[in-house]
This record gives sequence, structure tokens and C-alpha cells, in this order.
Amino acid sequence: MNSGDTAWVLASSALVLLMTPGLAFFYGGMVRAKSVLNMLMMNFICLAIVGVLWMLYGYSLAFAPDAKLGLVGNLGNVGLKGTIDQLTGASGHQIPVLAFVMFQLMFAIITPALVSGAIADRAKFWAWGAFVVLWATIVYFPVAHWVFAFDVTDSAGNVVAAGGWIANKLKAYDFAGGTAVHINAGAAGLALALVLGKRRGWPKEPMRPHNVPFVLLGASLLWFGWFGFNAGSSLKADAVAANAFTTTMVATAAATLGWLVVEQIRDGKPTTVGAASGAVAGLVAITPACAFVNPVGGTIIGAVAGAACALAVSMKYRFGFDDSLDVVGVHLVGGTVGTVLTGVFATTTTGAAAQNGLFEGGGFDQLWRQVVAAVAVFAYSFVLAYIIGKLIDKTIGFRVSEEDEVTGVDTSEHAESGYELAAVGAGGAFRPQASGVSTGTVGA
Amino acid sequence: MKLVTAILKPFKLDDVKHALESLGVHGLTVSEVQGYGRQKGHTEVYRGAEYTVDFVPKVRVEVLVDAADADRVVEAIASAARTGKIGDGKVWVTPVDALVRVRTGERGPDAL
Repeated sequence: MNSGDTAWVLASSALVLLMTPGLAFFYGGMVRAKSVLNMLMMNFICLAIVGVLWMLYGYSLAFAPDAKLGLVGNLGNVGLKGTIDQLTGASGHQIPVLAFVMFQLMFAIITPALVSGAIADRAKFWAWGAFVVLWATIVYFPVAHWVFAFDVTDSAGNVVAAGGWIANKLKAYDFAGGTAVHINAGAAGLALALVLGKRRGWPKEPMRPHNVPFVLLGASLLWFGWFGFNAGSSLKADAVAANAFTTTMVATAAATLGWLVVEQIRDGKPTTVGAASGAVAGLVAITPACAFVNPVGGTIIGAVAGAACALAVSMKYRFGFDDSLDVVGVHLVGGTVGTVLTGVFATTTTGAAAQNGLFEGGGFDQLWRQVVAAVAVFAYSFVLAYIIGKLIDKTIGFRVSEEDEVTGVDTSEHAESGYELAAVGAGGAFRPQASGVSTGTVGA
Repeated sequence: MKLVTAILKPFKLDDVKHALESLGVHGLTVSEVQGYGRQKGHTEVYRGAEYTVDFVPKVRVEVLVDAADADRVVEAIASAARTGKIGDGKVWVTPVDALVRVRTGERGPDAL
């Protein structure tokens, strides 16, 4: 076992965990004050739900030896059976399997959390919980297998445990989840925005972000955690990790500038929400590419993604779908830009890429693999998310009542308010023990 | 007795307060309010989408004065708050029928 690699992967796991609360604040600041708690909770509940599912069967479906055709893992690691005291990784770089289990769990948590931004202000909380269970099980765990589960070979080169089809058959490059995380979440977000429909009053009524400092705080926590996400995906404390760390930094910086330049030209002012969104767009786009491109390639990918996403967030008004917090405009578009441009800027000089991209003299061979991976993940996630969403809507109902939506989902779903600012208080009475009134109205 | 009410630009509040102090006005009530007059609101842009904000933040100043002082108080507020630009606000005077100082029970002009 390599203790340096193990320490880096464990530290990276904790970094990636922090991204989900970071995302919660990034999203939470963008909604109106009456639904800030619900937005935080839709993210935070993913830590709880997926944290348990992963132990029960999620890890097994994603990373146990392939069950069939590179589509899904078998049930050999249900309950994390056969993982304690086991090692994984290349010779000289072995880490405990449980370190890898925890690292990958954090990816499985944040991916459904990303989807929640598409349906802000209007979802029933436990309907969202049901969606997280079903979508993680049917979509995320298998797709993580497609993209992140590599064949395990013995010393003679024979495959002893097969992995997923995108990683091993198609050989598309996705270092940390441009397809499995961002295109996957973006496609599901689009599907759910269509299933739930527009918020009341959208797009006529102004729905301004209620706490812009939260948005920038959340984006900053994401940026910090993303070093674990990308550089940690090396699973070694090595030069590949250092390159991924560097490209992540420069791409995010360039994307922030890219978004702000578009705003300055189009709207006349550089905004705080724009800077935060540009940074996230850059992080998203560099995710698949981070280890396969050099710092110059990473900078170009970031700049392109920042500008492209700044323009893409206006699409929803033209097409009339209320993707409330731009999961499509940032994650689907940014993830696609990054995944495709990986096939353009990949270079073998990084030590991670086996073949060059289009601009590095490798022709179109890697590029088409990137496009196939992007389209496959988009199609699978969109169709399944739409079916799961409809199923939930037809049975337990996915959307709150009109009255609850106008009052705010914090009150209707959680019986709480995010902010108590009134010096005179709210009137009413206090009971040390709740009466179980479902509306949360005290003394009603 | 009169109630002088003024809706003003928030950044002029200090000037108005000093002007009233120098007239010997002993008390006033201030509240933060929102609204619009001829100048209307402003626009904000988030992720390229423009939001029109009609209601502009203002302060409302309320002063109880003796009927004889009302005109001077109105004039002091208006000149202290004036910038000459659109959105400076309004001042108006309404009659007050009765007044009680809660602590002492004094009534009428004695309670001012």
C-alpha cells in the first residue's frame, strides 16, 4: 500500500464532500428568500440518501466486476462486502479499496444534487427524495460504471474483472466526470424542468437571487473542493494529479474572465452572479479534460466554456423551459464543451492520454469517441429521468400546490423560514413540543 | 398641531435630521419604505436576464409640530433634501386632532 497516495485520496474525498454543501449555497443564494431552505435541503438530503444507497448496493452496481456488456456492475460488493482490507490500484500505487469507495461516493452524492437546481421553488420534498433514490439507482450507478470502472488486469495482461463500456471499449477520455457527472446531471435537469413545468409567474415575474453573497461563497467552496474532484481522480499523488490541479486552476480563471467579458459587452456591467457562474462553468468544462490536456489547452477550454455558458443561459427563455438555476446552461453545455474539446486538446505529453487530440496531431479518432460518449450519456439520462419524473408525478405528485408555491416551499415542505428579521417577532405562542400540525402553523 | 410627513432619498436623511435639530424639533420617526414616483425604478441583470425593479428604497420621516411651525419645518425638510434631480420625494402636512405623551399623560401642544 502506498501511504502517500492513500493520504491524497482520503483528503480528496473530504474535499469533494464539501462541494455538495458548496453547491447548496451556490443554488440557495439564487432562489427567492421563501425557498432558500428547501434548496439547501434538496442538496443536503443527497448526502444522506446516496450515502446509504452507496453502502447498500450503489458501489457494487458501479464498481463491482461487470455483470453484462459493460453496462452495470454485479452484486458482489453489496453491503461493501469484500472491500475491507482489500487494495486497489497499479503496482506501487495501491490504496485501500475503501478509500476509493469513499472518493467515488462523493461523486455519486453531488451528481443528483446538481439536478435540483432545475426544479427550484416548486418540488415536493419527498418526491425529490424518491427521484434521488430511483435516478441514482437506475442512471448514476450504471453510468459511473460505464465511465469510471476500468478493466482490472493480472500481471500477464488478462482481464480479471471487466469494467464499463465507455472506459474500456469506446475509450473516450473523461478524467473526472464531464459525461458521468455533468452531462448526466444536465440532461436529467432538462427532463425534470419539462416534467414539473414552469414556476408560477415565470418568466414575467421577477425572480431575483435573494442572497448573492451566498452564490459567490458557494462557487468558492466548489472551486476549492474541485481540486479533490479533478486532481484526486488520479488516485495517486503524482505528476498527473499536479497537472490536473493546474489545468483546473487556469481553466476556472479563464472561464470567469470569459463570462465577465460577455456580460460587459452584452449587458454593460460585470456581475457577481456572472463571476460565480463563470467559475463553475470552467470547473465543469475542465473536469473531463483536466489530466489529458496541458495548461494552455486547459486555459482555452475554460475561456470557451465561460463565454459559451454565458450565452447558453438565455436559451431557456427562447425555448420556454424553466430550468430555474441553469443546470442545462452551465452543466450540460459546460460538460459537453469540455468533453468534446478533450478530443481536440488531449496530448500524450501529459502522461495520462494515450493518444493526441485533433489540434495535437491525433486526427479525429479521439474526437468522435468523445462525441459518442457525450451523446450516449445525454440520451440515457434524459430519457430515464423523464420517465422516472413522470412516474413520480403520476403517483405521489412531484409538484406542490399553487398555494404552497406562492407561500413558499420552505413553509409548505419544511415548516420553517430561512430568515427571522422582524424585531417585533411573529406573534403567536411557543410550545416546547410540536403538535404535529403538518402546516407548521403555531396555534392555528 | 400638524403631522409633517416626508418621503425622501435615504442618503439625505442626515441633512434633514440636522436641519430639523437646528430648528429645535425634538423628535422624529423614520421608517424605511419602498415606492416610486415619476422617476420609476431601476433595472438589474442576472445571468443576462433583465429585471425591472419598480419600487425604489426611500425613507419616510414623520414629525409632529405646532401648527405655527409647520411651514418652517416643511421648508427646512424640502431644502435639506433637495438635489434637483428626479426622485427627490415629497413633503405634506396633515392636521392632528389629539396627542398624548404616553409617559406623563400630557395632552395637546404640551405633549409635543
